[in-house]
Amino acid sequence: MSKETINVALIGNPNVGKTSVFNQLTGLNQQVGNYPGITVEKKLGFCKLSNNVKANVLDFPGTYSLNASSVDENVVIELLLNKNHSLYPDVVLLVAEVENLKRNLLLFTQIKDLGIPTILVINMIDRMKYKGISLDIPYLEKELKTKIALVSSRKGLGFDALKELITQYESLPTEPCLNASSIDEVYFNNLRKTFPNQSLYKLWLVITQDVNFVGLNRKVLENNSFIKTDSELKRLQQKETIKRYQFINDTLKIGLKINSETARDFRSKLDRVLTHKIWGYLIFFFILFGIFQSIFEWSKIPMDYIDQTFATLSSLANENLPPGMFTNLIAQGIIPGIGGILIFIPQITFLFLFISILEESGYMSRVVFLMDKIMRNFGLSGKSIVPLISGTACAIPAIMATRNIENWKERLITILVTPFTTCSARLPVYAIIIGLVIPDQRIFGFINMQGLTLMLLYLIGFGMAIFSAFVLNKVLKLKCKTFFVVEMPNYKLPMFKNVAINVIEKTKAFVFGAGKIILAISVVLWFLASNGPSKNFNDSESILLSKTENKRLSKIELKNKVASYKLEHSYIGIMGKTIEPAISPLGYDWKIGVAIISSFAAREVFVGTLATIYSVGGSENDETIKDKMRAEINPETGEKIFNFASGISLLLFYAFAMQCASTLAITKKETNSWKWPLGQLIFMSSFAYIVALIAYQILK
Amino acid sequence: MQTTIANLKKGEKAIIKDFDVEAIPLKLLEMGCLPGNTVELLQIAPFGDPLYLDINGSHLAIRIETACQIQVDIIDPKTKQK
Repeated sequence: MSKETINVALIGNPNVGKTSVFNQLTGLNQQVGNYPGITVEKKLGFCKLSNNVKANVLDFPGTYSLNASSVDENVVIELLLNKNHSLYPDVVLLVAEVENLKRNLLLFTQIKDLGIPTILVINMIDRMKYKGISLDIPYLEKELKTKIALVSSRKGLGFDALKELITQYESLPTEPCLNASSIDEVYFNNLRKTFPNQSLYKLWLVITQDVNFVGLNRKVLENNSFIKTDSELKRLQQKETIKRYQFINDTLKIGLKINSETARDFRSKLDRVLTHKIWGYLIFFFILFGIFQSIFEWSKIPMDYIDQTFATLSSLANENLPPGMFTNLIAQGIIPGIGGILIFIPQITFLFLFISILEESGYMSRVVFLMDKIMRNFGLSGKSIVPLISGTACAIPAIMATRNIENWKERLITILVTPFTTCSARLPVYAIIIGLVIPDQRIFGFINMQGLTLMLLYLIGFGMAIFSAFVLNKVLKLKCKTFFVVEMPNYKLPMFKNVAINVIEKTKAFVFGAGKIILAISVVLWFLASNGPSKNFNDSESILLSKTENKRLSKIELKNKVASYKLEHSYIGIMGKTIEPAISPLGYDWKIGVAIISSFAAREVFVGTLATIYSVGGSENDETIKDKMRAEINPETGEKIFNFASGISLLLFYAFAMQCASTLAITKKETNSWKWPLGQLIFMSSFAYIVALIAYQILK
Repeated sequence: MQTTIANLKKGEKAIIKDFDVEAIPLKLLEMGCLPGNTVELLQIAPFGDPLYLDINGSHLAIRIETACQIQVDIIDPKTKQK
């Protein structure tokens, strides 16, 4: 027998557990990437079906129908219309859910019209008994002209049978289950006559929406005598939808029986509390509060440990490797650089963990419902809550998550203000500065002051996002049709496997994505810090020795003095010194200046930069970076560099400044114009400068 | 005046009668908002908007401005009991 690999596509409505089915089929054998040219997530996994047959499993973005209304949904159609695509499916698994079968089948009938072998996978069968639902499988298989697999991704049931079905995909029926073209016989007959070689349903999809269909130009379709206006087409689409639902209703009348409605109690009771006008908001607030407290409290120990470990590693490398350029590069460039990346991991992991639990459980939709009216006052939508909350992880996926906001103005405003929310790249900056300038004490015995400060910074970020939205709403003059439809999924206990895979994927993407930049910048910084242009740098020891007051110094003191003199006259020292006049009113010295310059493209580089600078300048490597920063003293005033005033000023600067090249790029992509990202950059950064200036001048 | 979804009281059920296709997003139709289907108002958000509905078995929320475009016939609980 020959070995073969088949392409399997997973398609389904949002909230049917499609991703859990994907995880059950592929385990950890997955790759997450993007479709070329667009930022839609592409999840490809591998699965062994039998000894001879393997499968590439492609998890499509969730979609309600083949009438695409977003970029994500376009991806589904374009791939399904393109037979030459390397991932064109041999078989489609249409994932449906027992409780929403009626709605899920709409998409099923559309996929069937494309003539691709399709298996109907009905998920969550473990809930059937509890919901009093029974299915007549032979009848449904006959009417829907398909094979049905009953699975429970939560309990792992039914997957062997599903794999067995997939291997027999060639015997699946491919004819459609209803004749949708009967909604307008004349029109479709004309189409059939004009394009005899094309599938009628594919033509219809291309006519009604803006998708590419290989081998067929949209213009050709529009240049014919029987063309319809947009409004006529929409009426036809409505007729088509009604027609499909009639078929589904008739089929399910016989094929699906529901005995009781008792099961709705839990959902409606929970809804009553979670969307209550007082309890709803209180619970939401406490959930957020709990998340931020625990992020700070729980990640403290692993972060300190990572910090300490890398300081030790660095000094070990210094002692045990032969002295020279290479050792310096490792001990002062690469090791602190890697440490600066790894220190993110605990906080980012916790943050992604909480966000995916909120989304998996179905709670996020309740928040959307709860907040919509309030958010509309600021020109936002209830759906803006999701980007604003996931913006606390990273602005890039957050801006991508705005795609399901139907109204363009609300969406644009959400994109523009999302970068104000405190993303995880700001966390390490906050963590180190809060650790330096805010005492580690408790108020009332249980509220950690450092955690409280962190929470305040998050609130300031949110507040600023909301305030700018309010201003933008007044300034922007855009007229848009407003539509708002949000599905309220059933409550589910988050599945450990889904949450874990999600957290691992996101953390990995973040560490490797940002990690490369941070590591590269660390090495460049190290080079710039250990080399200098002038005679001053190269002859630092003799220059210092020629000064009389230095002659009495001990050897170690002299060594320290030489090191810091060298740093000051290195390339990086010169860069920092050049911008010092601009930043000293904010309370920063030239070393912080260097960190700000280097973190201009990515703010998380800040800590890594300081780590590198202090490693080069300092004498003993086993001090942690925090200790070195704490000991730093302003030579003119004799005060500590990182004091309360400069610390607060730095925190505020990082809260508001636009220091993320990737966010600017994604804003450009999603708004299709340079105008908006440039506006973000200029407005946010100058606002940050002014606020930091005011804060320092008041507090100092 | 026509009765619309926006006129429903919490817990009230109705049958969807008619609406202007232009005023309703296609997505809503696809989720089951079609003439002849039942709709039940499950929850009203604080401040009175949006509305949380059960339409033809689908649970979803829409804003008042959309809801008031959809004409319905309220199912009288008394006639239902007969």
